[in-house]
Amino acid sequence: MILLYIILIPVLGALLSWLTAARNTALCRWIALCSLLLDLGIVTAIWLGNGAAENGWLYHLQAPWIPQFGISLHLAMDGLSLVMLALTFFLGALAVLISWREITTKTGFFHFNLLFVITGIAGVFLTMDLFLFYFFWEVMLIPMYFLIGIWGHERREYAAYKFFIFTQAGGLLMLLSILALYFVHASNTGVYTFNYFELLNTPMERTLAMWLMLGFLVAFLVKLPAVPFHTWLPDAHTEAPTAGSVVLAGLLLKTGAYGILRFVLPLFPAASQEFAPWAMLLGVAGILYGGQLAFAQPDFKRLIAYTSVSHMGFVLLGAFAFNELAYQGVVMQMITHGISTGALFMLAGVLYERIHTRELSRMGGLWPVLPGMGTVTMIFVMASLGLPGLGNFIAEFLVLLGSWQANRLLTVLAALGLVVATVYSLRIMQKVFFGQTERQYTLPDLGLREWLIMAPLVLVILWLGVYPQPVLKTVTPNTENESVKQKAESKKPTAGNLFAPNSFQHKKQPL
Amino acid sequence: MTFNDLLSLGPLLNIAGASVLAMLLVAIWRNHRLVYYFTVLAYLLALMSVVPVARLLPHEIPPLVVIDLFALFNSGAIVGSGLIIVLLSYNYFEEREERKEEYYLLLLLATAGALVLVISRHFMSLFLGLEMLSISLYGLIAYLRARERSDEAGIKYLILAALSSAFLLFGMALVYGFTGHMDFPGIGAYLRETETLPVSVIAGFGLMLIGIGFKLGVVPFHMWAPDIYEGAPLPVTAFVATISKGGVLVLLIRFYQDVNGKEYTMLWWIMAIIAVISMFAGNWLALTQQNIKRLLAYSSIAHLGYLLVGFLSGAQSGLEAIAFYLVAYFVTSIGAFGVLIVMSSSVQDAETVEDYRGLFWRYPWVALVFTVMLLSLAGIPLTAGFIGKFYIVMAGVDGERWFLLIMLVINSVIGLYYYIRIIAMMFRTSETPLRTYIKPALPLAGNITLGLLVVVLIGLGVYPTRMMQLIQEMMTLIK
Repeated sequence: MILLYIILIPVLGALLSWLTAARNTALCRWIALCSLLLDLGIVTAIWLGNGAAENGWLYHLQAPWIPQFGISLHLAMDGLSLVMLALTFFLGALAVLISWREITTKTGFFHFNLLFVITGIAGVFLTMDLFLFYFFWEVMLIPMYFLIGIWGHERREYAAYKFFIFTQAGGLLMLLSILALYFVHASNTGVYTFNYFELLNTPMERTLAMWLMLGFLVAFLVKLPAVPFHTWLPDAHTEAPTAGSVVLAGLLLKTGAYGILRFVLPLFPAASQEFAPWAMLLGVAGILYGGQLAFAQPDFKRLIAYTSVSHMGFVLLGAFAFNELAYQGVVMQMITHGISTGALFMLAGVLYERIHTRELSRMGGLWPVLPGMGTVTMIFVMASLGLPGLGNFIAEFLVLLGSWQANRLLTVLAALGLVVATVYSLRIMQKVFFGQTERQYTLPDLGLREWLIMAPLVLVILWLGVYPQPVLKTVTPNTENESVKQKAESKKPTAGNLFAPNSFQHKKQPL
Repeated sequence: MTFNDLLSLGPLLNIAGASVLAMLLVAIWRNHRLVYYFTVLAYLLALMSVVPVARLLPHEIPPLVVIDLFALFNSGAIVGSGLIIVLLSYNYFEEREERKEEYYLLLLLATAGALVLVISRHFMSLFLGLEMLSISLYGLIAYLRARERSDEAGIKYLILAALSSAFLLFGMALVYGFTGHMDFPGIGAYLRETETLPVSVIAGFGLMLIGIGFKLGVVPFHMWAPDIYEGAPLPVTAFVATISKGGVLVLLIRFYQDVNGKEYTMLWWIMAIIAVISMFAGNWLALTQQNIKRLLAYSSIAHLGYLLVGFLSGAQSGLEAIAFYLVAYFVTSIGAFGVLIVMSSSVQDAETVEDYRGLFWRYPWVALVFTVMLLSLAGIPLTAGFIGKFYIVMAGVDGERWFLLIMLVINSVIGLYYYIRIIAMMFRTSETPLRTYIKPALPLAGNITLGLLVVVLIGLGVYPTRMMQLIQEMMTLIK
């Protein structure tokens, strides 16, 4: 039942905050914040209670919904879901905080939408019924559309359309695949079901499996986004309000990555193996192309948006490397990218509130004026370029280690992406905080609320960089019984013990 | 005729009787409110008379009609939709027309025609029902005589409907001439016995298909739809979009089943082509449409295409999918037109997309209802439209009609664009009004009806189980 509560709390919060907003906007914000913090508390309690130690599935809930079709309200939580949920509610709560001053019009409806997106995302991370998964996958679109379309910047409607239509198109292809899988399974076993666990290991022809896998993959590649499907992302991220960008970059993109890990690889192991080189190639293309485009952007938010394309390339690369190191790197990348990019978008928003522009050419020399903000930005810029000691380094390092075993050439090219990342990341610092001052500003530095937002982000990214063990351990049990089963039996070291104390003997890589 | 015969025709007799009484009532004492209440009562009675029929199923009154669960279910859907349309009509006509009483008379007659259609399994009853429906619609469409586009719409419908009836009649005559049967099972039996069909019978079917295609408004027989949608009074438009098309579609399904249509690949291909071009043309023409009535007309052409995909899937679940989709489509369309009705003032109908600019910030309730309806048309979760589309896609995958499905998916994405466009317009925040907004009437009864529709729509979207069970039971019977 606890899983249902996790989903219902933000729904309730959404309705309540909409209703109260007409009378008292402050109360509405507090309700939104509290409901997310409550969920964060629940998730943290679960994690601290048994998350790291338990093997496999922590909670399970199954109730019939549309029994004629074999659809059930089927929720389950394992380490991966747990970690992703923690990230969801953490960033969600910060997104409410960051819009405290920014959103002044239609506050109630804004929080309704924000909480509804988060409900949809939480649902995606929890559901183990493919119909229900598609249901949540679509549920998160509409409120996100509103968030961009109503509270966004100048070209918000165009961006909102583009976002909606791209993701919907991908989603419908996935729906076809889901249904085809459903019927293939039924024709083999006679059981009509959307249950994820029963659909695993459905035997099918090679070409059919390939087509179905591609159907799923397209939906996830659009969301991720991988290179040919990425064009909605810069528009949507740039035009969205700060909280919208945070949720988009921090959480929505992760549903694509999660989908690949949870559905594509386990449901179609052979087909994904076969397709792996192409997927890795797309990943590398994303890393380099995204990085190059990021470097050329004149708009602060657009620049950060393109860095997402680049960073998500690592996810694709690692996910299709089929080994445990890469898998753990992917999960780390999902979390650390969520945090670091979320933080950068928040900083861009905070800066926009002060100087009312996103143009990099109109910034410059802000360090003396805003030393606090400069320091925080420096930390996240360093995280973004993969400085050791910060979370992103661990993630990218693990992905590269893993993918080296799968494909050396692509790994070398992907590693070049780190150089590109350094270039565009440093450009942020240079353009915004150093260099010539264009005009004399007297601006307030980060206020108490903003410090309250930034401090946890900084702490988390440091914690992940120095001691990622809890996260890795939580997601590890899964890896063993899922995607990389075929290859995991070999004696390759897992990151879980790579970073564990006294496990240096494992560091000898079979390079 | 036995008592059971009469009882099983309950809904039809109720509506038909009420139309006679309504005529007398208008002759004796002309009063809008009175006729309105009388009509509501008649629909309610007809709806209630559906219940006792359930015990008699399946009941046949040879040779003209058959009342099975499929017929009864659709009768219920038609009467229910009719009731909702009547509820939405009162305020609309109260402020517009001097002689508004005959509207109810015609509406009852048209409903009776649709009810005959869904129970008929004979050319005679088919034609009777179809003509009752069409002739009442001539009057209904041109009802608001004072409006400029009203006459145009009425005349257009008159000429084209008469033409299509002629095609249908000629087709039926050819089929009868060579098969010697006018009842559907008889024709089916004849077709099973003959190896190669005579050309005249094929021609007859072709001509009938033209007639039916016109009533359904599928491409290439769709030209009338936008003009009639635009010119007719809004409640009548809702009627044309739902009951009229639904009744004919039900008839088509029954005919197709009785004559074993899926054995004829050529028929399948013709209908497949019609389905695909209906989807594309409907969605394509709706893309840049600025008039919401015309937009909904094109969108309904596309929706008929989706329905045909379910029909053509050949799987048993296809028929279930159609039945479910039809219910969802009835509720959604009436809801959408209901919004237009309550938003329209006595001066003008709220029909351009521009009229809805920023509606959410002025009338959040109506805008929300409209949003839900549009999302349902687009097939987004939490609404009945999603389950309906899901059902249809499922039937298509079951029947392995991959080409049709890909077309459906492409069209769903195109369709999304123009539904979202209206939604975006409603949520647009423009602080400075560019033009004077229309002053909506927002009658209480209309709002309550809309609320009800939203509840049904979301109810079906979240918990469709009951409805599916009912439909599955009903479909196993007509297999």
